[in-house]
Amino acid sequence: MMSQMIIRRIGIGIILLWVVSVLIFALTQVLPGDAAQIRLGQQATPETLAALRKELGLDKPWYMQYLSWMGNLFTGNLGISAAGGATIESLIGNRIGNTVFMTGIVALISIPLSVLLGLLAAMFPGQLLDRIITSGTLGLIAVPDFFVAIFLILLLAVSLGLVPAVSYLSGTEGFWRSVYVLALPIATLVIVVSAQMIRMTRAGILNVMGSPYIEMAILKGVPRKTIILRHALLNAIGPIVNVIALNLAYLVSGVVVIETIFAYPGLAKLMVDGVQTRDIPLVQACGMIFCCTYVILILIADIASILSNPRLRHPK
Amino acid sequence: MSDTSATADQGPNPDVYDELPDAPPKSRLRLSTTGKVSVAIVAFWVLMAFIGPWIAPYGESHFIEDDALGNPIDDPSFMLPDMGLHVYFGTDYIGRDVFSRIIWGARTTIGISFIATLLAYFVGITLGIAAAVAGKWVDAVLSRLVDAILAFPNIMLGLIIIAAFGSSIPLLIFLAGLVYAASVFRIARALGQDIMVQDYVEAARARGEGLWWVISREVLPNAAMPLATDFGLRLVFVILFISSLSFLGLGVQPPISDWGSMVRENLQGLGNGFFGGALASITPALAIASLTIAINLIVDDISAQAGGSLAKKMT
Amino acid sequence: MADTSPIFQCKDLKIEARPWDASPIPIVKGVTFDVKPGEVVALIGESGSGKTTISLASLGYTKPGLHFSGGEAVLLGKDMITIDPEERRARRGEHVAYLAQSAAATFNPALKINEQVTESAVLHGHMSQEQANKRARELYEALELPDPDRIGGRYPHQVSGGQLQRLMAAMALVEKPSLLVLDEPTTALDVTTQIEVLKAFKKVIEEEGSAAIYVTHDLAVVAQIADHIVVLYGGEVMEQGPVEQIINNPSHSYTKRLMSAVRPTPSAGMGEGATGEHRREVPALEVKHVTAGYGKGSDGKPAVTVLRDVNVSVERGHVVGVIGESGCGKSTLARVMAGLLPASEGEVLLDGDALKPALADRARNELQLVQFVFQMADTALNPRQTIGEIIGRPLTFYHNMTGRARRERVLEILRLVELPVEFEGRFPAEMSGGQKQRVNLARGLAANPEVLLCDEVTSALDTIVGANVIKLLERLRRETGVSFVFISHDLSTVASFADEIVVLYAGRVVEKGPVDQVLSPPFHPYTRLLIASVPEMRVGWLEDTMQTREAMAGISRGVTITKVGCPFFDRCPVAIEGTCEKIDPPARVDEHGHNHVIECHRQIDELGAPGAAQSAAASAKKAKVAKKANGGSAAAAKAAPAKKPAARKPAEAKKAAPAAKRAAPAKRATAAKKPAAAKKPAAKATPDDLQQISGVGPKIAGQLKTMGITTFEQIAAWKKADMDSFNEQLKFKGRIEREQWVPQAKKLAKAKK
Repeated sequence: MMSQMIIRRIGIGIILLWVVSVLIFALTQVLPGDAAQIRLGQQATPETLAALRKELGLDKPWYMQYLSWMGNLFTGNLGISAAGGATIESLIGNRIGNTVFMTGIVALISIPLSVLLGLLAAMFPGQLLDRIITSGTLGLIAVPDFFVAIFLILLLAVSLGLVPAVSYLSGTEGFWRSVYVLALPIATLVIVVSAQMIRMTRAGILNVMGSPYIEMAILKGVPRKTIILRHALLNAIGPIVNVIALNLAYLVSGVVVIETIFAYPGLAKLMVDGVQTRDIPLVQACGMIFCCTYVILILIADIASILSNPRLRHPK
Repeated sequence: MSDTSATADQGPNPDVYDELPDAPPKSRLRLSTTGKVSVAIVAFWVLMAFIGPWIAPYGESHFIEDDALGNPIDDPSFMLPDMGLHVYFGTDYIGRDVFSRIIWGARTTIGISFIATLLAYFVGITLGIAAAVAGKWVDAVLSRLVDAILAFPNIMLGLIIIAAFGSSIPLLIFLAGLVYAASVFRIARALGQDIMVQDYVEAARARGEGLWWVISREVLPNAAMPLATDFGLRLVFVILFISSLSFLGLGVQPPISDWGSMVRENLQGLGNGFFGGALASITPALAIASLTIAINLIVDDISAQAGGSLAKKMT
Repeated sequence: MADTSPIFQCKDLKIEARPWDASPIPIVKGVTFDVKPGEVVALIGESGSGKTTISLASLGYTKPGLHFSGGEAVLLGKDMITIDPEERRARRGEHVAYLAQSAAATFNPALKINEQVTESAVLHGHMSQEQANKRARELYEALELPDPDRIGGRYPHQVSGGQLQRLMAAMALVEKPSLLVLDEPTTALDVTTQIEVLKAFKKVIEEEGSAAIYVTHDLAVVAQIADHIVVLYGGEVMEQGPVEQIINNPSHSYTKRLMSAVRPTPSAGMGEGATGEHRREVPALEVKHVTAGYGKGSDGKPAVTVLRDVNVSVERGHVVGVIGESGCGKSTLARVMAGLLPASEGEVLLDGDALKPALADRARNELQLVQFVFQMADTALNPRQTIGEIIGRPLTFYHNMTGRARRERVLEILRLVELPVEFEGRFPAEMSGGQKQRVNLARGLAANPEVLLCDEVTSALDTIVGANVIKLLERLRRETGVSFVFISHDLSTVASFADEIVVLYAGRVVEKGPVDQVLSPPFHPYTRLLIASVPEMRVGWLEDTMQTREAMAGISRGVTITKVGCPFFDRCPVAIEGTCEKIDPPARVDEHGHNHVIECHRQIDELGAPGAAQSAAASAKKAKVAKKANGGSAAAAKAAPAKKPAARKPAEAKKAAPAAKRAAPAKRATAAKKPAAAKKPAAKATPDDLQQISGVGPKIAGQLKTMGITTFEQIAAWKKADMDSFNEQLKFKGRIEREQWVPQAKKLAKAKK
């Protein structure tokens, strides 16, 4: 039964990915003018336009264009940037590593941090530590990401001069140097993502802590530590994994603003630039990468909650 | 446990042994101190959105340097009391009064967000309740559609649509409305489904009541309170969403002032220290934060009194 | 500890609730009582009496939001309230253990049962894991759980509710606590399961010699298990004393009222019988050959059939009681009548005219004539409408009443259901449970119906409140002449209110007729089981009934819905193998009765002549009854003051076990593949009547005989591999919990000695 449910979820995930690709393609097709026009700009003559359209395959019906676009996506041949003329693979190739590097570090820091703080808050509900954590995170999830970034820039870069305010990587830095340069965007993302994760972890554990079997464990004389680590955490682990996956998905949105504010040469910055210059093939490609990551992370979150249900894991 | 739900002073009268009442009459909503402060902050900004243009010292895109000698960019703490020109938070990167622009911006930011949230609510609730009540294929089709919208990270959908259509205020409202209608749909549908299986709805159906009665008299009144609280949270999300787009330069376009765009425009001033230009980007950011935190605190206060069950539904 | 000094003393205990926005509310207002060693003290009271709160004080625990505000809860010489928290923690589980109302919620779904049962003992360092496992296994056996070797390895959701309830007892008993706190442990169970669990609890409490606090609202249950009763109301003790005194001779007015609210146990001759006074040619409501269920199968029939070929008729002005365990389709029947669930086959007739199956197709006046009253007033009343709106709506909807006329009628109806007219402007949340139920009834009555369908309307109410609602219903029926379909799982309530009874089992009507006839022989075997399971409010009933119940072995089974045959087949003591499970039973009319019909393959005269409850079964199983009587006399000896014979029991069990093993080894080696090889040891022993094991009919007994299995010992020694191979040989379809053969055989083997 469980494997059936998981297969079903994966099936739905694949359908969603397909729908996403259709939507992205469709949205960018309704543009007045097309990629050929944008590339040629003012110099376009009907002849050159027609020639470029033929070259780009824009003269074919839309579904053929969609199929060839999908085919190209799978083969990694993403076309040519409308703005610069460089291939999109090379543009993305230069940037994607930066984004993965930064988000990877953010995930490595924020996951253990959030679980720990969420756990601490849940262990002492209503006490000072819990109140500091809950009100702090409540404030943080209510403010825009750039507010946190600006605050950190003012505090750490401008006032204290500890770290650089702009995160420019030349590509030759070593690991620690890169981390130093990226300290501010990483710190911002960690704070923003962890705030959500801490709240949800705490809520997940408290939810479990309110169940009758925890009361029973208390009445059996089980020590508090054992109750949390054995009875509560075991049942909360599904929700927590779910929370983690969901928040990593949230990172996908978070990087867009953060890379822009720190002028960090990552994929999201590339996409925002692409939107500003209306570089459609580039936006399509970047959008597909981000949306796929997002859908897959949400899928993982779903599967985690299926896997963590003991009723499904041990059927009758 | 009903064992613990006794009420005040129910001294056992040996002859009566009345059944203990379920709950005392409803007490009115009482806000905590932070709640009250938050209401004041929100009220202030809403007021500004309405009357801001009349009380702002300067126009939305009025260049102070036109009025004054000297260069406010080099000297942002520049004041000219003699000439009756007073600049509270300095001027921005091209010499406009930040204070005035924030007051003007309240109208743009709150206005767009509020209309977008209303749109999201109208569409989301209508379709969500329809899906819950009708069920079957209506529910299936609408739910799949919403799944597709929610398969995009919010900001990503914003980027792609803006790339396709270019940014404008109507588009922003439509965009935020669309994105958040999807999540309102989910909540309204879940609430609607919860209510539809209640016995009182079944009792109405057994009586032979029509669909319209069931929706308007049985479902909606019971969904209203949770949805109203959720509206506050959803408004916060919409403000953050629109501000983020503006911050990316893809939202409200100059010269209209908007808090998100103001942060972006004045970002380069950050390097000059707090009073050396940072103020121009910090103050609009603070304006957003004060509004969103205040709304959040009010919602938190209300849902804490409603038993905190709302907080669970929100995520 | 000295035998005379109390194990637990509650001294002027005070507990209060401290809401964040209001002054403290006292919940327990100075309660004093003692629990002596080996004594079972019952805390009895209705909801809000503070009984659970008081019982938890013995563990030094309060529910969140509550606080101790005075007095002491002294357990073994130390106050559990002021004691050092570490020591309190150590004492929980060791000296005092708690059994909650819902075992399903109190077991952690992510941990295996054994881990949870042994946890406390191992954590406190009293036993090694092995010792604890051994102890747990002993307890499983003592609590008569099936397959004690393996049940601990399962997860909570993998065992049934009744079993889980007993497993929770094992969890509480594992450290041999001096005091057990049982909080309504049988309330959530069906009567037939309750009796089994009750019996197991009583036995274990006696064997272990624990003292206990038993929290319940059910006086009849208390009479079975308690030595001493504390009657609570509103957080204060009304009266306390020995069980005989409180039950037979209550002195306090509250106790008297509580006792008078208890419905007499159903017995032969109850009910007034059909008077025929309102009788006309056509019944008010009739259900003919109705089959209904949920979901949609491939063939257009429901995916899950709940009702199968059901016939019920409701005479004008009569009350038809529908009775059965949960899952038998009682509510479904009412929903079919109301049109909320369209029947897939058959028809519903109102005044002789067929109604459309679905609600949407019925005319408004047809809807008006059949009104449905839901079980839970809490959810059946829209919390956003005032009482006036709730009661007024049917007036407007069916009778076009508006304005003044409507308002006056609303007030009239409020008076009719004995509610103050001021309630018109109130919201449901401002009323008590009983008041809400009255509004719920009032709404049904406002439509001015011919038939009122009442679905478990008193089940969620406290005894006294429920009794008052029944009184109201009786009055309404007299005054309005409305017919009632009264659904309940509580036979006593139905017996006291209904004219006719319909007994449902697994979606089939197994018996129906006037109350007095259904409650007296001849019985359908299921009716007999139901009647025998209702606790009587007298001391010693449990023991008596356990001796005489021939259907004992079948009672812990769940209800299984079957496609053909008699659904009761797998629990029935007089089932005819090869017939009952295959062919739908004929409807047999009791010639001496009036419209008394029993659906059974047995002849009416086999189903018990008046006064000879056992005789039907006896014809098939004389030997068994004799055996039971033997075993019973031992039980009777035990039933009296004696706690000593109880101590003998484990010893007996140990004796029996090696005996069974002796028979086993020769077999185990070979039997794994060929059980027939087990002939040799069997030849020496005298054959037993294997049909005493539930699930073994004459056919299977014959098959077993051909395989050389003739004694209980042989079956008692079966291991899993043996079972699997028997399974194949017997062509078992898994209908009966075969796992239960072994424990049963063990018991029977033991009884033989």
